[in-house]
Formats: sequence, C-alpha cells, structure tokens
Amino acid sequence: MLTKRIIPCLDIKDGKTVKGINFIDLRDAGDPVELGVKYAELGADELVFLDITATVERRKTLAELVRRIAREINIPFTVGGGITQVDSVNELLGSGADKITVNSSAVNNPELIDKIANQFGSQCVVLSVDTKLVNGIQKIFTNGGRIETSWELIPWVTEAVQRGVGEILLTSMDHDGTKKGFALDITKQLSELLPVPVVASGGAGNMEHFVDVFGKGKADAALAASIFHFGEIGIPELKNYLISKNIPVRL
Amino acid sequence: MKHKVRLMKIVIIKYNAGNVYSVSSALKRLGYDTVITSDLDEIRSADKVIFPGVGEASSAMEYLKETKLDKLIPELKQPFLGVCLGLQLLCKYSEEGNTKCLSVFDENVKRFPPKEKVPHMGWNSIKFSDSKLFDNVVNNSFVYFVHSYFAELSEFTIAETNYIETFSSALKKDNFYALQFHPEKSGKIGEEILKNFIELI
Repeated sequence: MLTKRIIPCLDIKDGKTVKGINFIDLRDAGDPVELGVKYAELGADELVFLDITATVERRKTLAELVRRIAREINIPFTVGGGITQVDSVNELLGSGADKITVNSSAVNNPELIDKIANQFGSQCVVLSVDTKLVNGIQKIFTNGGRIETSWELIPWVTEAVQRGVGEILLTSMDHDGTKKGFALDITKQLSELLPVPVVASGGAGNMEHFVDVFGKGKADAALAASIFHFGEIGIPELKNYLISKNIPVRL
Repeated sequence: MKHKVRLMKIVIIKYNAGNVYSVSSALKRLGYDTVITSDLDEIRSADKVIFPGVGEASSAMEYLKETKLDKLIPELKQPFLGVCLGLQLLCKYSEEGNTKCLSVFDENVKRFPPKEKVPHMGWNSIKFSDSKLFDNVVNNSFVYFVHSYFAELSEFTIAETNYIETFSSALKKDNFYALQFHPEKSGKIGEEILKNFIELI
C-alpha cells in the first residue's frame, strides 16, 4: 500500500538553516546537510530545502549545497527558492535533487512549468502555492506571501497541472504559524480534484492535526518545519501514532 | 576481501536520463567508487553494471541507439542492474512513446490507468521471492517509487508491489536484475539492496 509521507522543510539562507533548530545531538544544527541526515535517520519520508537567500551568489551556493545533500542523504529531496530558468533546474537535478519547486516564478511566467516538465518530466516539478482567504475568495499570493495576485486557487492549480506540474505543495497562509491545524477544506478539495499528489503545509501543531489532514483532508503528504525542528513532535512518535489511527505510513 | 572490493570495477551507464549522481553517491556511501560512462569498452570491462534512469522511454532509446548501447546491453554477461526507467528499457516494449525497447525481458510496459493519482509517487512495500538481492531485507519493506509506467507480473518477477494493480517491482533473468523503485533513495533498505548487488551477485 502506498503510504502517506511526512516531510520536514528546511529554510536555507547562505547555505545555513534559518529557523532555530533544537536538536541537542547535532554538532552543527545550522548545517542543512547534517540536519537532513538526522531527519532521514528518524524516518522522514522526504525533505524539502527552500533557499531564501537574496544575493546574486545564490545559484552557485545552492547547487553546491545540493551536491553535498545528495552525497549524504538516502531519501528523496526537493529544492526550491528563486528558480526562474530551465538552466537552474538542469543544474539542481544534475546535482542530485529529485524534484524542484517553483512558486512566484511560475505565476509570473506559467510557461516555465511547460518547459521544465517537457524537458525533465512532470514527476520532478512541484508547484508551491501560497493561498489566503480574501473577502471569501481563496487568492494566490507570491513573493513569500507578500504580493496578492489576481489568481484564485482552483483555476491556478488546474492550469498548472495541465501545464505539467506533478505535485502540489499547498500552504494555507491563514493556517501557517497558528499551530491550530492544517487547512482541511482546501486540501481535500485539491486532492479530490487533481490527478497529482497534494502536500499539505501550514498549521501543524500536534499529532492529531496530521491524522486529520490525511483522513479528512485526504492529503498525500504533510509538510512542517518548526514543530519538527524544535522537537515538539518527534517523527518516530508521530508515525507510530498515525499507525495506531490506521493511517498507512512507513516505519 | 577488502582488497578484492577495491579492485572491483563498477560502471554506471551514462545516458541522457538523469539521477546518475544520486546512484554514484549511494555507492560511495557504501564505500565503492564508480565509473560513470557511455563508453562501450569501459562498460564491457566492468565487473558490475548499473543502468539508472529517470526520463522518457522513446528519447532514452533514441540515445541508446545513437551510442550503440542498444546492441551492447543485451549481450553483457556481468551482473547488470537496471533501475526505474532502466527496468522499463530492459523490457520488450513500452507504451510510453510507443517504444521498442531492449528485449532482455520479454515483457511489455504499460501506463497505470487513471483510477488513482499517477505517477505512483512515494513509499510502497515490496513482496519478494527468494533472491540474494534481498538478503538481510525484511519482506514487505518500504522503498521509494516514482513512475507512471509498469511491467506486469511475469515469470521474471522477483518482487511485486500493489498500486492500482499488482506489478513487477523487481525482475531477474540470468545476469540481468532490474528494480522499478529507486534503491539510491530508499534509505537503509535501498542501501542494503545495492550492497547485495555489489557483494553477493
């Protein structure tokens, strides 16, 4: 049986993890590679590395980091952050990334999705969407949630899948950081509507929230950052809990 | 033993179908250096050959024909391991791009019907029959899959997995082994399988 995936997300700036990390047994908690190895050992099913570096050297630094990650980590990982060209995708996949994720650049230039999917296959193209309710309408935001676009959620993800996206990473800005649970309604809506997997992100605060997002929300995977980084929820405990609730996960 | 290991020549066939670096890194973690090449003589002289792949069948076959790898591969006698697209290309025919493949396994590769999400992406279990490839691996262990096409069950099946229907997650014929999943991305289980291929086969 295909299992539900648990995905820790690491934000990277200048080659280092950004958010505070509270693993006591790491030599260098700021090193994304060491942290990634730790998560893989603990049973994470995949990793996402999001680069938020804003300098011109980013591209080179990121490719080097991806090579280091690929050397050490034995589970799949996705890389994103500022990917605007097919060349960058080629470089990142060639350095060992399994998937790349695009967000603002795809909204600004939807043909980028077609180009990447045609050249490398849909299986490696993840569309990240940041969405928020505005006057009752589920709008799409770009630039880390700072810019409201004219797109609504359903038309945008539908078009993106038609253009070749192979997976959706759905972040509800209304839930992100609240620790009150994932956005079950839109996660379920996308999961039932789309022929590709949906990764739910934003709002995880306790283990029951994961039960809900896989059950009621019908998510294929769930992504979280701080609750894992600060050790509030351990991945082995979470997976055992999910199994006790009859949700299939890999142990 | 250690000395022998150092002398082993492991070749990863390079063709325009991705993820060669992940496979070579996985072997490096196991302590083995690899040669990544499409050179026919280098491949002929290898002790072990690995044929990875992420990509599209028809363009991959085009490339294999241009480089004459399509003639060489079926004639190789050393232990040979196809991975993912590598498994599919070792079959006779693939529905992807209506492609005639290498015919090591007299089997057809089909697309999953759209009853569930396609590609089949994530961790799923393998139920295997006795093979050295799975030495020290617990049956029904989870491994990582990403694929939209599959080989049906056949006389060559040594492991099966269920998604939409039950398909071949591993094949074997003579010196040819093939895995539909990615051992290089399948955590400790995958490393064990790669180690078995290198050390036991």
